[in-house]
Amino acid sequence: MKNKRVSSPAEAVAGITDGATVMIAGFGRSGLPEGLTDAICEKGVKGLTVISNNSGTARTGVARMLLEGCVEKIICSFPRASESGVFKDLFDAGKIELELVPQGILAERIRAGGAGLAGFLTLTGVGTELAEGKRTMEVNGAEYLLEMGLRADVALLKAHQVDGRGNLTYRKAARNFNPIMATAAETVIVQAYEEVAVGALDAEHVVTPGIYVDRYCIFHQESQAEI
Amino acid sequence: MSPETKDKRLLTRDQMARRAAAELADGWLVNIGIGMPTLVLPHVPADRDVIFHSENGIVGLGPAPADPADYDPDLMTAGKKPASLIPGAAIVHHADSFAIVRGGRLDAAVLGAFQVAENGDLANWKLLGAKGGSVGGAMDIAVGAKQVLIMMTHVTKDGEPKVVKALSYPVTARNSVTKIFTDMAVIAVTADGLVLDELAPGITADEVQAATEPNLRLNDSLKEITV
Repeated sequence: MKNKRVSSPAEAVAGITDGATVMIAGFGRSGLPEGLTDAICEKGVKGLTVISNNSGTARTGVARMLLEGCVEKIICSFPRASESGVFKDLFDAGKIELELVPQGILAERIRAGGAGLAGFLTLTGVGTELAEGKRTMEVNGAEYLLEMGLRADVALLKAHQVDGRGNLTYRKAARNFNPIMATAAETVIVQAYEEVAVGALDAEHVVTPGIYVDRYCIFHQESQAEI
Repeated sequence: MSPETKDKRLLTRDQMARRAAAELADGWLVNIGIGMPTLVLPHVPADRDVIFHSENGIVGLGPAPADPADYDPDLMTAGKKPASLIPGAAIVHHADSFAIVRGGRLDAAVLGAFQVAENGDLANWKLLGAKGGSVGGAMDIAVGAKQVLIMMTHVTKDGEPKVVKALSYPVTARNSVTKIFTDMAVIAVTADGLVLDELAPGITADEVQAATEPNLRLNDSLKEITV
């Protein structure tokens, strides 16, 4: 069995290069692998395109990556938020590019990308400014937008349990974008809370099969009580 | 309007939430948005089994724990406020969460709004002239829910009507709103225009009309809102 465990977040993100496209799971701080995002900041990677629902909380997670100049472009559904002004300041100063995507479309584009689908048709966004520049198609008398699948070079995930094969479970609503991002990147890197023996996870309860996971580290994030 | 000049006849946020909650039928699955709509949850009549959906993958959202010591960072509302799970709740990932939304499983969504037009067009994601913006799940939910119930103050802080002939704010979804619950009235959006269904105690139909841009038809059985 291939050894997928590495010793630290730093080792886990070692192969990420400047200019990569990186999916980062999470909704707010829940399900967001801050050990990995911090390691990217400490490595000093630049020019990343980040695909993430949010733009970070306070100065943590994606917000720290923005502050430290790691990110050139963000594909995001909720970048401007009361919980962090970091994105807003950079965006207003013209220092970051934004592709704004409705949240459910962001999720479905990732699912499509991971499922080998070039794109899909949706009613979401029809007649809005987010439809500008998108191809449309009429189906049964209704106008749909064509949305394209999304893939990335790397996905950064946060799991609850991992076994030696890389099988993952998640904790409560920290699941969010993790299982779909696991399917849509060339390299999938996991920060897990704890490792269990191969065979300890009930196959029925595995959410992400280990075939998707390239490497994982065990990392206990600081308390997130201040959500 | 300063607190001392506030019209005492206007419903409080909690009274508006109670009225909106009364609209939710037994057995419904209901998405609640961020801000004012989250007040609806505790007002559902005890004899009704209403399941709340939160976009971050929670089917069976419960209220914030009474004791902050019980807050769980992996259980939050769409607005990233503390939440809980009801007995028998389920967790799904983000793509499945929005499959529920767009797949026709939501009997209703309770959302806030900046403006609603007389044809049911909804504006609730971006302020006028804002750059970038944050769309979140608003466009998917407004398109997907069978009933889109809006909770908002009747007029802006400057006294401008929020129920308008045509939107001036950026569109979230076309022809989507079914009913509007404000601090003055309950208004239904119908194929024949807006119908004034209910009035806050002490508020007259003429006062509501004066605070509303399009013409309102009076429901034949115009009622007073039970507070």
